[in-house]
Amino acid sequence: MPDSPTGLRAGEGDVVLMVGTMKGAFLFRSPGARDSWEADGPHFPGEEVFAAALDQRNGRRALWMAPTNPHFGATLRRSDDLGASWSAQEERPVKFPEESGLSVERIWQIRPSRESEPDRLFLGVEPTCLFESDDGGDTWVPTPGFLEHEHRERWTPGGGGLCMHTIVLHPTEPERMLVAFSTGGVYGTDDGGASWSPRNSGVRAEFLPDKHPEFGQCVHKVVHHPDRPERLFLQNHWGLYRSDDWAETWQDIANGVPSDFGFAMAMHPTDPDTVYIVPLESDGFRCTPEAKLRVYRTRDAGASWEALTEGLPQESAYETVLRDALDTDAAGPAGVYFGTRSGRVYASRDDGDSWALVAEGLPPVVCVKAAVLA
Amino acid sequence: MSVTFVLPGQLRPLAGGRSTVALERDVSSVAEALDALRADYPHVYDRILNERRELRPHVNVFVGMDDIRWSGGLGAPVPEGSEVVILPSVSGG
Repeated sequence: MPDSPTGLRAGEGDVVLMVGTMKGAFLFRSPGARDSWEADGPHFPGEEVFAAALDQRNGRRALWMAPTNPHFGATLRRSDDLGASWSAQEERPVKFPEESGLSVERIWQIRPSRESEPDRLFLGVEPTCLFESDDGGDTWVPTPGFLEHEHRERWTPGGGGLCMHTIVLHPTEPERMLVAFSTGGVYGTDDGGASWSPRNSGVRAEFLPDKHPEFGQCVHKVVHHPDRPERLFLQNHWGLYRSDDWAETWQDIANGVPSDFGFAMAMHPTDPDTVYIVPLESDGFRCTPEAKLRVYRTRDAGASWEALTEGLPQESAYETVLRDALDTDAAGPAGVYFGTRSGRVYASRDDGDSWALVAEGLPPVVCVKAAVLA
Repeated sequence: MSVTFVLPGQLRPLAGGRSTVALERDVSSVAEALDALRADYPHVYDRILNERRELRPHVNVFVGMDDIRWSGGLGAPVPEGSEVVILPSVSGG
């Protein structure tokens, strides 16, 4: 890896990994075969990068990252040349209005909107709020219906802060979207963001006297496949769930996993029945059970789960994979990628059947995003 | 009346590369000095205070040798000709 980042030289069909860590971001590029990787970084050395995204709508190749300087706060940066250069450091475009009494502590999610809305993007931030941009990311405002939500005073931070980590867009109905945050749970809007209601029926809250409150759950991640719009999968702070009615109700699908505690969850790019997770032993011991690093995969929408172990250490592996550190690419067979708090990044190029180490010795990994360049 | 801000390396790119910024303004407190700084260097101000106009928890501000956390916070006095020194704290791992 070079001492200073130069950006990736990559072209159509290449796969790009965006890896955010506690001390900067790293980029990796592989040709379509995904059998070797070139590295570039660290970008934003010393800064936490919890969110990244590649926006390829409308002919763009906009790489977004959200570095948080431990002293001087969070911001959003954009590169149109895969990291060779970044938007001006001066800009800090994501701010709460002063009268809100809130301050952006960290940006947890960057979500380009639907193909039909090529200049629209969303952010999930801490303390929990949805921000939106209608000019391709130049300017941002908090969504008023969420900023001023009547529940706000009763939402409380989990261990990672009061973080909005998930944004799910209904693929065909632009007025409908879901967000998830810790702790508060899943909230949905059916009117384009004007109003939001909790959607946590069936999701438990082990850490509260009332195990099934209307809201207050510590949801860790929600994933969704656009080919099956009403179906969602949810990794909870204790609990694995599926919804078949756009989050109106949730059913337990923790069938045959060593633990239903975990953070990370990722959707297969083409099969709406296939989902990946990395279970952790417990909230008291947030490491892979039995010291084995295992990704679990369901191919039947949660009716059963299988351990994926080939190429992954099966002894002395006390690993932690956080909520945004697992992702898939859109190639076929699918690439599956994850990073660990111990600074390792693994990749599979065969739907998860086998794995290879992409990098080790990185700072703790908190974010892994994958994309195939258009 | 003047006040001079001394900036750490990380903030100098936001002030045109300057390590010090001298402002000819009438200010009596750190809050007023920061407001004056904001008028000319809003991006530097943004990194010192958050949207709540609170000092970021891992940024330290000194008037001369005095840490304002122990000398009145943002209301700490800024005598004529003072240096206001901005420094990142030693926090981190």
